[in-house]
Amino acid sequence: MTMTMDVRPAALAPADVAARAQARFPEAVTVDAHGALVVDRAALIDVATALRDDFGLAYLNNLTCVDRPDRFDVVYHACSMAGGAPVAIKVAADKANPVVPSAVSVWAGANFQEREVYDMFGVRFAGHPNLRRILMWDGFAGYPLRKDWKEAYFEGAQKPFNSRWPDGAFFFGEEKLTEWKSNAKYPRGYTATGVEKARPDNTVMVLDAEDLKHAPDIGSERLIVNMGPQHPSTHGVFQMQLVLDGETVVDLQPVMGYMHRNHEKIGERNLWLANMPYTDRLDYIAQIGNEWGYALTVEKMMGIEVPDRAEHIRIILAELNRIQSHFWGVTFLLNDIGAFFTPMMYAIEEREIILDLLEMTTGSRLMCNYMRFGGVAYDLPEAFLPLANTLVYDRLPRAIDEMDSFLTGSEIVDTRMRGVGVLPAEQAIGYSASGPVLRGSGVPYDVRKAEPYGIYDRFDWDVVSYPEGDIYARYMVRLGEMRESLKIVQQALKQLPGGPIMGGKKAWQIRVPEGEAYGRVENPRGELGYYCVSDGKANPYRYHVRSPCFINLTALGEMTKGHKVADTVAILGSIDIVLGEVDR
Amino acid sequence: MSDTPRSPFQTPTVDPDVMAAWSTYVERFENDPDFILSQVEQSVMITTFDRVVGMLDQVYNWGRRSSIWPLGFGLACCAIEMIATAAGRYDIDRFGAGLFRASPRQADLMIVSGTVTKKMVPQIVRLWNQMPEPRYMLSMGACATGGGPFKEGYNVVSGIDQFIPVDVYVPGCPPTPQALLHGLITLQRKIDGQSVRDVSWYRRGPVEEIPVPVLGADLIDLRQLPDIRARAGMAGDEPEAEAAAAAAGGDERAAAMAERLVIWRERAKAAGKL
Repeated sequence: MTMTMDVRPAALAPADVAARAQARFPEAVTVDAHGALVVDRAALIDVATALRDDFGLAYLNNLTCVDRPDRFDVVYHACSMAGGAPVAIKVAADKANPVVPSAVSVWAGANFQEREVYDMFGVRFAGHPNLRRILMWDGFAGYPLRKDWKEAYFEGAQKPFNSRWPDGAFFFGEEKLTEWKSNAKYPRGYTATGVEKARPDNTVMVLDAEDLKHAPDIGSERLIVNMGPQHPSTHGVFQMQLVLDGETVVDLQPVMGYMHRNHEKIGERNLWLANMPYTDRLDYIAQIGNEWGYALTVEKMMGIEVPDRAEHIRIILAELNRIQSHFWGVTFLLNDIGAFFTPMMYAIEEREIILDLLEMTTGSRLMCNYMRFGGVAYDLPEAFLPLANTLVYDRLPRAIDEMDSFLTGSEIVDTRMRGVGVLPAEQAIGYSASGPVLRGSGVPYDVRKAEPYGIYDRFDWDVVSYPEGDIYARYMVRLGEMRESLKIVQQALKQLPGGPIMGGKKAWQIRVPEGEAYGRVENPRGELGYYCVSDGKANPYRYHVRSPCFINLTALGEMTKGHKVADTVAILGSIDIVLGEVDR
Repeated sequence: MSDTPRSPFQTPTVDPDVMAAWSTYVERFENDPDFILSQVEQSVMITTFDRVVGMLDQVYNWGRRSSIWPLGFGLACCAIEMIATAAGRYDIDRFGAGLFRASPRQADLMIVSGTVTKKMVPQIVRLWNQMPEPRYMLSMGACATGGGPFKEGYNVVSGIDQFIPVDVYVPGCPPTPQALLHGLITLQRKIDGQSVRDVSWYRRGPVEEIPVPVLGADLIDLRQLPDIRARAGMAGDEPEAEAAAAAAGGDERAAAMAERLVIWRERAKAAGKL
């Protein structure tokens, strides 16, 4: 079933929301220079509840923090499901004792994001149900995204460094410079006493011992099972801690951070453009979308227009990328439910051909580093168009139909997918789920329609949505989206204009004016957002990635409760996480 | 021999000429001792022990190189290319390494395919300790080799070789499937050069186990514990003393390094970085 969402402007534009909120809470709310609501800490929950219930901001896009010289700004972005740009809400916290009321009671999707802010900045959220570190481990010294926290390899606050090699000669000084000869940094006077006696597995139980009470149903005790981080079904280094009653899941907590590679800290030291190749490595199955999101955000701040041809090239590559990503996601889901590697072989065959197109255009199969602020790096090669045309008119439609006919009606798919892992629409919105997880719950929300970027509004295509909310619905959404993507690429290839591929003024070093922006794109796995703050210098002052996989995992526990252990594997597969993006 | 083709189901008839030759042979064998000796020399090879081991090595290594079972162990982006290598187009199974095992106890080769983070190192070391000998380590990509683009991150280890010895490094970010295949072929050549006489797993003594690092205030390599304790008691680093000691000991290179370090430290202090 395909539902078309009518493209309405938001019930209220962000400026209207700001004005009305200010009128309603005259003491607690002010509006800052960037149009964000600055809310008094004590009134946050009242204001947020009013924003959600009366102003229609039901969906929390993003929650992060900015370390200012005199305060911490906790930043929320919330938007209406009717479409339109998100509204920014800011709450200031003290430097000495940063405490902010937790927004989990208003938007359940704030749960993991608040834990991340606590982990990275040390801002505590009063009333949070489980405020623990999420990406680093318990006991790690310091809060790494604070500006005064220094990395082990810290050579300068920002790149480029003054001189890597004093006296013109180089030696590998990093190991010697850091105190312990490796890139570890211990607090002063740390003696590592008792380390040998530490628990051998270093695993921090995130579940309460309360959960291990006697299980009345089967007359036995409850059991904690750790799945991962090395497990064939977890799609990478990801851990799930399950509380089991027999074989039924009573509770599930995702444990992550095993692939946390400090994207944001490194991003704040890099030059603006130098972050582009790093974005490739976020969701490494859908690279072009990542780059587009970052380019979009910075273009917003710089006010650059992108020429028509570049927009077309971007849309063609991004949608081809979405197709190959869904090929991968769908067949990996089949892997998890028992159709081991046979569908994958078929899907990877098609995927390789799309990767060939990416390689001939950008020079790399996976890490494309193709977009620039204001356009793209290279024009399409001559061989691109004939190959792309045969692909989107002939080969890919047949491949998708073939996959559909082989898989969709099969017994495995029916019995393992239908009615498993149901996420109702209200919960999906509350948990800030996005992408196929949200649309599989019957919410036809797609950033490409809700807040069109690029030139998506010029093409004729539909948002695919299924109402069941189970694994089957998510699977069908992915299949449908592949066909819609094909429609978009076909139209874009037909209309591809000539002209320049880069807009804006040519500059060796990009200067981004002071300001901030939240840009978002619809990636195959959901809404990928970038929140950038510039202080006019060569580096971003704050660079935050709103990762769809990370936030979709908030609902994982809710979806798996009451199902069997084997179903958790399938449910995780239906969220289709990519660990590079979950942990960043 | 008759000209009519014989049915395969018929009992073969014995050629009388062959029977005659056979009885002559048996007769000579029974009566002539010189003939017996000449026959034994034809069938038995007399050689040195080294050559025998060399021939055994060839068979032994051929068997191992042709069936390397990798551990199904994906860390990051490189794992995607590793899966692509295992799929139809590149087909790593052509080299006998297509059977990815989910358990380290059944695996011969660990492909570290991605960024090694501090939080993940204890698990990787434990997996490595669980793998039986003979085992090999292939470091796939820039991150696993030396930290790669994320080297400066606070949760990133500068290469898996800080903890586990590596047999083959494959460069690239990520390496293409062809590069991974080349890495595998390189490993096979390395296996070809090994000999049963000096491989570590047939020697006396316990198998060397790598201490599992501990997550404390930061990642703690247990081999560094004495160093950490000693330094925690010290007021600060003394590169000047190091330089003097190295010069007194006659180690010019170490002295030059330490002198550079003094300059480096002064600059870093002046810039407020230390």
